[in-house]
Amino acid sequence: MSMTPFRYARPMALRDALADLTEHPEARVLAGGMSLLPLMKMDLAAPERLIDLGRVQELQGITETPDGIRIGAMTRHFELASDEVVGRCAPIVAQAAAHVGDPQVRHRGTIGGSLAHADPAADLPAAMLAADAVIEAASADGSRMIPAADFFVGPLVTELRPGEMLVAVRIPMLQGRRQHYEKVPHPASGYAVVGVAISLAVAGGVVQEARIGVTGVAGHAYRAHAAERALEGEGLNPGVIAKASSLAAEGEEILGDAVYASAEYRRHLLQVTLSRALQRVS
Amino acid sequence: MSEPKAEKVAVTLNVNGAERTVTVEPRWLLSDVLRQEFGLTGVHIGCEHGVCGACTILVDGEPVRSCLQFAVQAEGARIETVEALGTPEEMDPVQTAFWEKHGLQCGYCTPGMVLTAKALLDRVPNPTEAEIRHALSGNLCRCTGYQFIVEAVERAAELRAEG
Repeated sequence: MSMTPFRYARPMALRDALADLTEHPEARVLAGGMSLLPLMKMDLAAPERLIDLGRVQELQGITETPDGIRIGAMTRHFELASDEVVGRCAPIVAQAAAHVGDPQVRHRGTIGGSLAHADPAADLPAAMLAADAVIEAASADGSRMIPAADFFVGPLVTELRPGEMLVAVRIPMLQGRRQHYEKVPHPASGYAVVGVAISLAVAGGVVQEARIGVTGVAGHAYRAHAAERALEGEGLNPGVIAKASSLAAEGEEILGDAVYASAEYRRHLLQVTLSRALQRVS
Repeated sequence: MSEPKAEKVAVTLNVNGAERTVTVEPRWLLSDVLRQEFGLTGVHIGCEHGVCGACTILVDGEPVRSCLQFAVQAEGARIETVEALGTPEEMDPVQTAFWEKHGLQCGYCTPGMVLTAKALLDRVPNPTEAEIRHALSGNLCRCTGYQFIVEAVERAAELRAEG
Protein backbone atom coordinates (compact mmCIF):
# COMPACT_ATOMS: atom_id res chain seq x y z
CA MET A 1 0.00 0.00 0.00
CA SER A 2 1.38 3.33 -1.00
CA MET A 3 1.03 6.49 1.01
CA THR A 4 2.00 10.04 0.23
CA PRO A 5 5.68 10.50 1.12
CA PHE A 6 6.48 12.38 4.29
CA ARG A 7 9.51 13.48 6.25
CA TYR A 8 10.17 11.55 9.42
CA ALA A 9 11.68 12.77 12.67
CA ARG A 10 12.40 10.68 15.74
CA PRO A 11 13.34 13.00 18.61
CA MET A 12 14.72 11.45 21.78
CA ALA A 13 13.80 14.32 24.11
CA LEU A 14 10.58 16.25 24.65
CA ARG A 15 12.42 19.53 24.16
CA ASP A 16 13.49 18.43 20.67
CA ALA A 17 10.01 17.17 19.79
CA LEU A 18 8.45 20.49 20.78
CA ALA A 19 11.09 22.47 18.89
CA ASP A 20 10.42 20.34 15.81
CA LEU A 21 6.69 20.94 16.09
CA THR A 22 7.23 24.69 16.42
CA GLU A 23 9.52 24.74 13.41
CA HIS A 24 7.14 22.58 11.36
CA PRO A 25 3.55 23.58 12.13
CA GLU A 26 2.36 21.32 9.30
CA ALA A 27 3.73 18.24 11.06
CA ARG A 28 1.61 15.63 12.83
CA VAL A 29 2.87 13.88 15.91
CA LEU A 30 2.84 10.08 15.76
CA ALA A 31 2.15 8.15 18.96
CA GLY A 32 0.96 4.54 18.56
CA GLY A 33 -0.43 5.23 15.10
CA MET A 34 -3.63 3.25 15.66
CA SER A 35 -5.76 6.18 14.45
CA LEU A 36 -3.31 8.19 12.36
CA LEU A 37 -2.17 5.34 10.11
CA PRO A 38 -5.72 4.36 9.12
CA LEU A 39 -6.42 8.05 8.38
CA MET A 40 -3.31 8.25 6.21
CA LYS A 41 -4.21 5.04 4.40
CA MET A 42 -7.64 6.43 3.60
CA ASP A 43 -6.03 9.69 2.47
CA LEU A 44 -7.95 11.57 5.13
CA ALA A 45 -4.61 12.78 6.46
CA ALA A 46 -1.47 13.39 4.40
CA PRO A 47 1.02 15.04 6.74
CA GLU A 48 4.21 16.35 5.18
CA ARG A 49 6.12 15.47 8.31
CA LEU A 50 5.67 12.96 11.12
CA ILE A 51 7.26 13.47 14.51
CA ASP A 52 7.50 10.02 16.06
CA LEU A 53 7.17 10.26 19.85
CA GLY A 54 8.06 6.60 20.37
CA ARG A 55 11.53 7.31 21.80
CA VAL A 56 10.76 10.39 23.90
CA GLN A 57 11.65 9.27 27.39
CA GLU A 58 9.65 11.99 29.20
CA LEU A 59 6.41 10.69 27.68
CA GLN A 60 6.80 7.18 29.12
CA GLY A 61 5.70 5.74 32.39
CA ILE A 62 3.15 5.90 35.17
CA THR A 63 4.06 7.61 38.44
CA GLU A 64 2.24 7.90 41.72
CA THR A 65 2.04 11.49 42.98
CA PRO A 66 0.91 12.71 46.44
CA ASP A 67 -2.59 13.42 45.11
CA GLY A 68 -3.03 10.82 42.41
CA ILE A 69 -1.18 9.48 39.39
CA ARG A 70 0.54 10.90 36.35
CA ILE A 71 0.34 8.86 33.18
CA GLY A 72 2.81 9.61 30.40
CA ALA A 73 1.21 10.24 27.01
CA MET A 74 2.96 7.26 25.38
CA THR A 75 1.59 4.75 27.88
CA ARG A 76 0.02 1.90 25.93
CA HIS A 77 -3.53 0.76 26.59
CA PHE A 78 -2.28 -2.71 27.50
CA GLU A 79 -0.09 -1.23 30.22
CA LEU A 80 -2.89 1.03 31.48
CA ALA A 81 -5.21 -1.96 31.74
CA SER A 82 -2.71 -4.10 33.63
CA ASP A 83 -0.69 -1.62 35.70
CA GLU A 84 -0.91 -2.13 39.46
CA VAL A 85 -0.88 1.59 40.32
CA VAL A 86 -3.62 2.46 37.83
CA GLY A 87 -5.69 -0.52 38.98
CA ARG A 88 -5.44 0.62 42.60
CA CYS A 89 -5.73 4.41 42.25
CA ALA A 90 -7.96 4.79 39.19
CA PRO A 91 -9.67 1.50 38.30
CA ILE A 92 -12.07 3.28 35.94
CA VAL A 93 -9.12 4.18 33.71
CA ALA A 94 -7.81 0.60 33.69
CA GLN A 95 -11.29 -0.72 32.97
CA ALA A 96 -11.88 1.63 30.03
CA ALA A 97 -8.41 0.89 28.63
CA ALA A 98 -9.23 -2.82 28.61
CA HIS A 99 -12.17 -2.03 26.31
CA VAL A 100 -10.15 -0.21 23.66
CA GLY A 101 -10.01 -1.96 20.28
CA ASP A 102 -8.50 -5.43 20.47
CA PRO A 103 -5.27 -6.86 21.93
CA GLN A 104 -3.15 -5.81 18.95
CA VAL A 105 -4.46 -2.26 19.18
CA ARG A 106 -3.93 -2.14 22.95
CA HIS A 107 -0.30 -3.16 22.54
CA ARG A 108 0.42 -0.19 20.25
CA GLY A 109 -2.21 2.45 20.99
CA THR A 110 -1.49 5.08 23.62
CA ILE A 111 -3.54 7.14 26.04
CA GLY A 112 -2.12 10.37 24.61
CA GLY A 113 -2.87 9.38 21.05
CA SER A 114 -6.41 8.31 21.84
CA LEU A 115 -7.24 11.49 23.76
CA ALA A 116 -5.61 13.85 21.26
CA HIS A 117 -7.37 12.09 18.39
CA ALA A 118 -10.69 12.59 20.24
CA ASP A 119 -12.75 10.08 18.36
CA PRO A 120 -16.32 10.71 19.53
CA ALA A 121 -16.78 6.97 20.18
CA ALA A 122 -13.46 6.29 21.95
CA ASP A 123 -13.50 4.73 25.42
CA LEU A 124 -10.85 6.69 27.30
CA PRO A 125 -12.46 10.15 27.00
CA ALA A 126 -15.46 8.96 29.03
CA ALA A 127 -13.14 7.63 31.73
CA MET A 128 -11.15 10.89 31.79
CA LEU A 129 -14.34 12.85 32.40
CA ALA A 130 -15.53 10.53 35.16
CA ALA A 131 -12.07 10.61 36.74
CA ASP A 132 -11.82 14.43 36.76
CA ALA A 133 -8.57 14.02 34.84
CA VAL A 134 -6.38 16.94 33.89
CA ILE A 135 -4.60 16.95 30.55
CA GLU A 136 -1.03 18.22 30.61
CA ALA A 137 -0.23 19.98 27.32
CA ALA A 138 3.17 21.35 26.38
CA SER A 139 4.56 23.60 23.67
CA ALA A 140 7.93 25.23 23.17
CA ASP A 141 6.59 28.12 25.30
CA GLY A 142 5.78 25.99 28.34
CA SER A 143 3.04 23.76 29.62
CA ARG A 144 -0.53 24.20 30.79
CA MET A 145 -3.19 22.08 32.47
CA ILE A 146 -6.53 21.49 30.76
CA PRO A 147 -9.37 19.88 32.71
CA ALA A 148 -10.78 16.91 30.79
CA ALA A 149 -14.20 18.58 30.93
CA ASP A 150 -12.81 21.38 28.70
CA PHE A 151 -10.59 19.23 26.51
CA PHE A 152 -13.02 17.55 24.11
CA VAL A 153 -14.51 20.13 21.77
CA GLY A 154 -15.92 18.26 18.77
CA PRO A 155 -15.41 15.21 16.57
CA LEU A 156 -11.60 14.81 16.37
CA VAL A 157 -11.23 18.31 17.82
CA THR A 158 -9.64 19.13 21.17
CA GLU A 159 -8.54 22.17 23.10
CA LEU A 160 -4.91 21.58 22.01
CA ARG A 161 -3.46 24.53 20.09
CA PRO A 162 -1.13 24.39 17.11
CA GLY A 163 2.37 23.69 18.37
CA GLU A 164 1.08 21.98 21.47
CA MET A 165 1.13 18.30 22.30
CA LEU A 166 -0.40 16.17 25.00
CA VAL A 167 2.41 15.02 27.28
CA ALA A 168 0.64 13.44 30.25
CA VAL A 169 -2.64 12.88 32.04
CA ARG A 170 -3.08 13.55 35.73
CA ILE A 171 -5.71 11.54 37.57
CA PRO A 172 -6.69 12.41 41.14
CA MET A 173 -6.76 9.57 43.66
CA LEU A 174 -10.05 7.73 43.06
CA GLN A 175 -9.48 4.88 45.49
CA GLY A 176 -12.68 4.29 47.47
CA ARG A 177 -14.94 5.71 44.80
CA ARG A 178 -17.44 3.42 43.21
CA GLN A 179 -16.43 3.18 39.57
CA HIS A 180 -17.61 1.35 36.53
CA TYR A 181 -17.37 1.57 32.74
CA GLU A 182 -20.35 0.13 30.87
CA LYS A 183 -20.08 -0.17 27.12
CA VAL A 184 -22.22 -1.33 24.24
CA PRO A 185 -19.65 -1.97 21.49
CA HIS A 186 -20.44 -1.80 17.82
CA PRO A 187 -20.37 -5.47 16.79
CA ALA A 188 -17.99 -4.90 13.88
CA SER A 189 -15.75 -1.96 14.81
CA GLY A 190 -15.69 -2.43 18.57
CA TYR A 191 -16.12 1.30 19.09
CA ALA A 192 -18.69 2.41 21.63
CA VAL A 193 -22.24 2.82 20.34
CA VAL A 194 -22.68 4.00 23.91
CA GLY A 195 -20.08 4.09 26.66
CA VAL A 196 -20.71 5.35 30.18
CA ALA A 197 -18.04 5.83 32.84
CA ILE A 198 -19.16 6.58 36.38
CA SER A 199 -17.29 7.48 39.52
CA LEU A 200 -19.28 8.05 42.69
CA ALA A 201 -18.23 9.11 46.15
CA VAL A 202 -20.71 7.43 48.46
CA ALA A 203 -20.89 7.84 52.24
CA GLY A 204 -23.55 6.48 54.55
CA GLY A 205 -25.50 5.22 51.55
CA VAL A 206 -25.73 8.72 50.09
CA VAL A 207 -24.00 9.88 46.90
CA GLN A 208 -21.74 12.78 47.89
CA GLU A 209 -20.29 13.47 44.48
CA ALA A 210 -21.09 11.98 41.08
CA ARG A 211 -19.12 12.05 37.86
CA ILE A 212 -20.59 10.59 34.69
CA GLY A 213 -18.66 10.57 31.40
CA VAL A 214 -20.51 9.61 28.24
CA THR A 215 -19.00 8.61 24.89
CA GLY A 216 -20.32 7.39 21.55
CA VAL A 217 -23.57 9.30 21.41
CA ALA A 218 -22.60 12.91 20.69
CA GLY A 219 -19.97 14.84 18.72
CA HIS A 220 -17.57 14.48 21.63
CA ALA A 221 -17.45 12.83 25.02
CA TYR A 222 -19.33 14.87 27.62
CA ARG A 223 -20.20 14.95 31.29
CA ALA A 224 -23.86 14.23 32.05
CA HIS A 225 -24.29 17.07 34.53
CA ALA A 226 -28.07 16.75 34.94
CA ALA A 227 -27.76 13.06 35.73
CA GLU A 228 -24.94 13.78 38.20
CA ARG A 229 -27.08 16.33 40.03
CA ALA A 230 -29.97 13.85 40.20
CA LEU A 231 -27.69 11.43 42.09
CA GLU A 232 -25.99 13.80 44.50
CA GLY A 233 -27.57 13.84 47.94
CA GLU A 234 -29.57 10.70 47.17
CA GLY A 235 -29.27 6.99 47.84
CA LEU A 236 -28.72 4.62 44.94
CA ASN A 237 -32.25 3.27 44.89
CA PRO A 238 -34.22 2.23 41.77
CA GLY A 239 -36.21 5.47 41.66
CA VAL A 240 -33.09 7.66 41.78
CA ILE A 241 -31.30 5.47 39.23
CA ALA A 242 -34.26 5.71 36.84
CA LYS A 243 -34.46 9.47 37.28
CA ALA A 244 -30.74 10.02 36.73
CA SER A 245 -30.63 7.69 33.73
CA SER A 246 -33.47 9.58 32.06
CA LEU A 247 -31.35 12.73 32.23
CA ALA A 248 -28.19 11.27 30.63
CA ALA A 249 -28.73 13.01 27.27
CA GLU A 250 -29.97 16.29 28.78
CA GLY A 251 -28.76 19.28 26.78
CA GLU A 252 -26.83 17.18 24.25
CA GLU A 253 -27.34 16.74 20.55
CA ILE A 254 -27.46 12.97 20.13
CA LEU A 255 -25.98 11.62 16.90
CA GLY A 256 -27.78 9.19 14.68
CA ASP A 257 -26.80 7.35 11.57
CA ALA A 258 -29.04 5.69 9.05
CA VAL A 259 -27.07 2.44 8.94
CA TYR A 260 -26.69 1.27 12.50
CA ALA A 261 -28.10 3.43 15.27
CA SER A 262 -30.61 6.25 14.99
CA ALA A 263 -30.49 9.14 17.45
CA GLU A 264 -33.63 7.84 19.10
CA TYR A 265 -32.09 4.38 19.53
CA ARG A 266 -28.85 5.82 20.91
CA ARG A 267 -30.74 8.02 23.36
CA HIS A 268 -32.64 4.99 24.64
CA LEU A 269 -29.52 2.84 24.75
CA LEU A 270 -27.74 5.54 26.73
CA GLN A 271 -30.48 5.57 29.34
CA VAL A 272 -30.34 1.78 29.65
CA THR A 273 -26.53 1.77 29.79
CA LEU A 274 -26.30 4.40 32.53
CA SER A 275 -28.97 2.56 34.48
CA ARG A 276 -26.95 -0.67 34.22
CA ALA A 277 -23.77 1.08 35.28
CA LEU A 278 -25.44 2.58 38.33
CA GLN A 279 -26.99 -0.75 39.29
CA ARG A 280 -23.54 -2.32 39.12
CA VAL A 281 -22.22 0.00 41.83
CA SER A 282 -25.33 0.20 44.04
CA MET B 1 5.18 13.52 -13.86
CA SER B 2 7.27 12.12 -11.06
CA GLU B 3 6.90 12.30 -7.32
CA PRO B 4 9.49 14.25 -5.37
CA LYS B 5 12.46 12.06 -4.55
CA ALA B 6 11.65 10.43 -1.26
CA GLU B 7 14.17 10.41 1.56
CA LYS B 8 15.37 7.00 2.65
CA VAL B 9 16.57 5.98 6.07
CA ALA B 10 18.39 2.96 7.42
CA VAL B 11 16.56 0.75 9.90
CA THR B 12 18.11 -2.03 11.92
CA LEU B 13 15.80 -4.75 13.13
CA ASN B 14 16.27 -8.10 14.81
CA VAL B 15 14.23 -10.28 12.50
CA ASN B 16 13.67 -13.85 13.65
CA GLY B 17 16.92 -13.82 15.59
CA ALA B 18 19.14 -12.15 12.98
CA GLU B 19 20.24 -8.52 12.98
CA ARG B 20 19.20 -6.98 9.67
CA THR B 21 19.66 -3.48 8.31
CA VAL B 22 17.55 -2.21 5.47
CA THR B 23 17.05 1.14 3.79
CA VAL B 24 13.43 2.23 3.67
CA GLU B 25 11.22 5.14 2.86
CA PRO B 26 9.55 6.32 6.06
CA ARG B 27 6.13 5.63 4.54
CA TRP B 28 6.85 1.93 4.01
CA LEU B 29 4.80 -0.27 6.28
CA LEU B 30 6.52 -2.87 8.41
CA SER B 31 4.34 -5.55 6.80
CA ASP B 32 5.57 -4.60 3.31
CA VAL B 33 9.20 -4.41 4.40
CA LEU B 34 9.06 -7.85 6.02
CA ARG B 35 7.54 -9.37 2.91
CA GLN B 36 9.39 -7.52 0.18
CA GLU B 37 12.79 -6.79 1.68
CA PHE B 38 13.15 -9.97 3.76
CA GLY B 39 10.93 -12.38 1.81
CA LEU B 40 8.92 -13.23 4.91
CA THR B 41 5.71 -14.03 3.08
CA GLY B 42 4.24 -15.66 6.16
CA VAL B 43 3.26 -12.08 7.04
CA HIS B 44 -0.15 -12.17 5.42
CA ILE B 45 -1.72 -8.92 4.31
CA GLY B 46 -5.48 -9.01 4.53
CA CYS B 47 -7.47 -5.84 4.96
CA GLU B 48 -4.49 -3.47 5.25
CA HIS B 49 -6.63 -1.23 7.44
CA GLY B 50 -5.94 -2.60 10.88
CA VAL B 51 -9.04 -4.74 11.17
CA CYS B 52 -8.40 -8.38 10.22
CA GLY B 53 -5.24 -9.24 12.17
CA ALA B 54 -3.78 -11.45 9.40
CA CYS B 55 -0.56 -9.40 9.44
CA THR B 56 -0.04 -9.87 13.19
CA ILE B 57 3.60 -10.32 14.17
CA LEU B 58 5.37 -10.21 17.51
CA VAL B 59 7.31 -7.04 18.25
CA ASP B 60 9.36 -7.42 21.42
CA GLY B 61 7.14 -10.42 22.21
CA GLU B 62 3.82 -8.61 21.87
CA PRO B 63 1.26 -9.20 19.11
CA VAL B 64 0.81 -6.13 16.92
CA ARG B 65 -0.44 -5.45 13.41
CA SER B 66 2.48 -4.99 11.04
CA CYS B 67 0.25 -3.09 8.59
CA LEU B 68 -0.39 -0.37 11.18
CA GLN B 69 3.24 0.44 11.80
CA PHE B 70 5.91 2.07 9.68
CA ALA B 71 9.11 0.06 9.47
CA VAL B 72 11.07 3.08 10.76
CA GLN B 73 9.10 2.96 13.99
CA ALA B 74 10.45 -0.51 14.68
CA GLU B 75 14.13 0.58 14.79
CA GLY B 76 15.93 -1.69 17.23
CA ALA B 77 12.92 -3.93 17.82
CA ARG B 78 12.92 -7.71 18.07
CA ILE B 79 10.54 -9.06 15.45
CA GLU B 80 9.15 -12.56 15.16
CA THR B 81 7.14 -13.79 12.21
CA VAL B 82 5.65 -17.23 11.73
CA GLU B 83 8.85 -18.24 9.94
CA ALA B 84 10.58 -18.17 13.34
CA LEU B 85 8.36 -20.84 14.85
CA GLY B 86 9.02 -24.24 13.36
CA THR B 87 9.66 -26.30 10.27
CA PRO B 88 7.36 -28.86 8.60
CA GLU B 89 9.53 -31.57 10.18
CA GLU B 90 9.69 -29.98 13.58
CA MET B 91 6.69 -27.80 14.25
CA ASP B 92 6.19 -25.46 17.16
CA PRO B 93 3.67 -26.89 19.67
CA VAL B 94 1.18 -24.19 18.62
CA GLN B 95 1.52 -25.28 14.99
CA THR B 96 1.18 -28.94 15.92
CA ALA B 97 -1.97 -28.13 17.87
CA PHE B 98 -3.52 -26.22 14.94
CA TRP B 99 -2.72 -29.19 12.72
CA GLU B 100 -4.14 -31.77 15.16
CA LYS B 101 -7.33 -29.81 15.87
CA HIS B 102 -7.95 -28.64 12.30
CA GLY B 103 -7.61 -25.03 13.42
CA LEU B 104 -7.46 -23.78 9.86
CA GLN B 105 -9.07 -24.17 6.49
CA CYS B 106 -7.78 -21.71 3.89
CA GLY B 107 -4.86 -20.78 6.14
CA TYR B 108 -4.85 -17.09 5.39
CA CYS B 109 -5.43 -15.97 8.98
CA THR B 110 -3.28 -18.75 10.43
CA PRO B 111 0.12 -17.04 10.84
CA GLY B 112 -1.55 -14.20 12.74
CA MET B 113 -3.61 -16.64 14.81
CA VAL B 114 -0.59 -18.79 15.66
CA LEU B 115 1.55 -15.83 16.71
CA THR B 116 -1.24 -14.27 18.75
CA ALA B 117 -1.80 -17.63 20.44
CA LYS B 118 1.92 -18.01 21.14
CA ALA B 119 2.05 -14.57 22.77
CA LEU B 120 -0.95 -15.48 24.93
CA LEU B 121 0.61 -18.77 26.05
CA ASP B 122 3.92 -17.05 26.81
CA ARG B 123 2.04 -14.77 29.20
CA VAL B 124 -0.74 -17.12 30.38
CA PRO B 125 0.42 -20.76 30.08
CA ASN B 126 -2.97 -22.27 30.92
CA PRO B 127 -5.66 -19.90 29.66
CA THR B 128 -9.41 -20.36 30.03
CA GLU B 129 -11.62 -20.54 26.95
CA ALA B 130 -12.76 -16.97 27.64
CA GLU B 131 -9.15 -15.78 27.83
CA ILE B 132 -8.37 -17.50 24.53
CA ARG B 133 -11.35 -15.95 22.78
CA HIS B 134 -10.48 -12.55 24.20
CA ALA B 135 -6.85 -12.85 23.12
CA LEU B 136 -7.89 -13.83 19.58
CA SER B 137 -10.56 -11.14 19.28
CA GLY B 138 -8.37 -9.07 16.97
CA ASN B 139 -7.86 -11.91 14.48
CA LEU B 140 -10.61 -12.64 12.00
CA CYS B 141 -11.15 -16.04 10.42
CA ARG B 142 -13.81 -16.38 7.75
CA CYS B 143 -13.61 -20.19 7.45
CA THR B 144 -13.69 -22.02 10.71
CA GLY B 145 -16.18 -20.37 13.01
CA TYR B 146 -13.34 -20.17 15.54
CA GLN B 147 -14.29 -23.28 17.53
CA PHE B 148 -11.44 -25.42 16.21
CA ILE B 149 -9.02 -22.53 16.64
CA VAL B 150 -9.96 -22.18 20.31
CA GLU B 151 -9.56 -25.94 20.74
CA ALA B 152 -6.17 -25.72 19.02
CA VAL B 153 -4.97 -23.12 21.51
CA GLU B 154 -6.21 -25.25 24.41
CA ARG B 155 -4.31 -28.18 22.92
CA ALA B 156 -1.22 -26.02 22.43
CA ALA B 157 -1.26 -25.19 26.12
CA GLU B 158 -1.28 -28.94 26.89
CA LEU B 159 1.54 -29.67 24.46
CA ARG B 160 3.67 -26.88 25.88
CA ALA B 161 3.04 -28.12 29.42
CA GLU B 162 4.13 -31.62 28.39
CA GLY B 163 7.33 -30.02 27.04
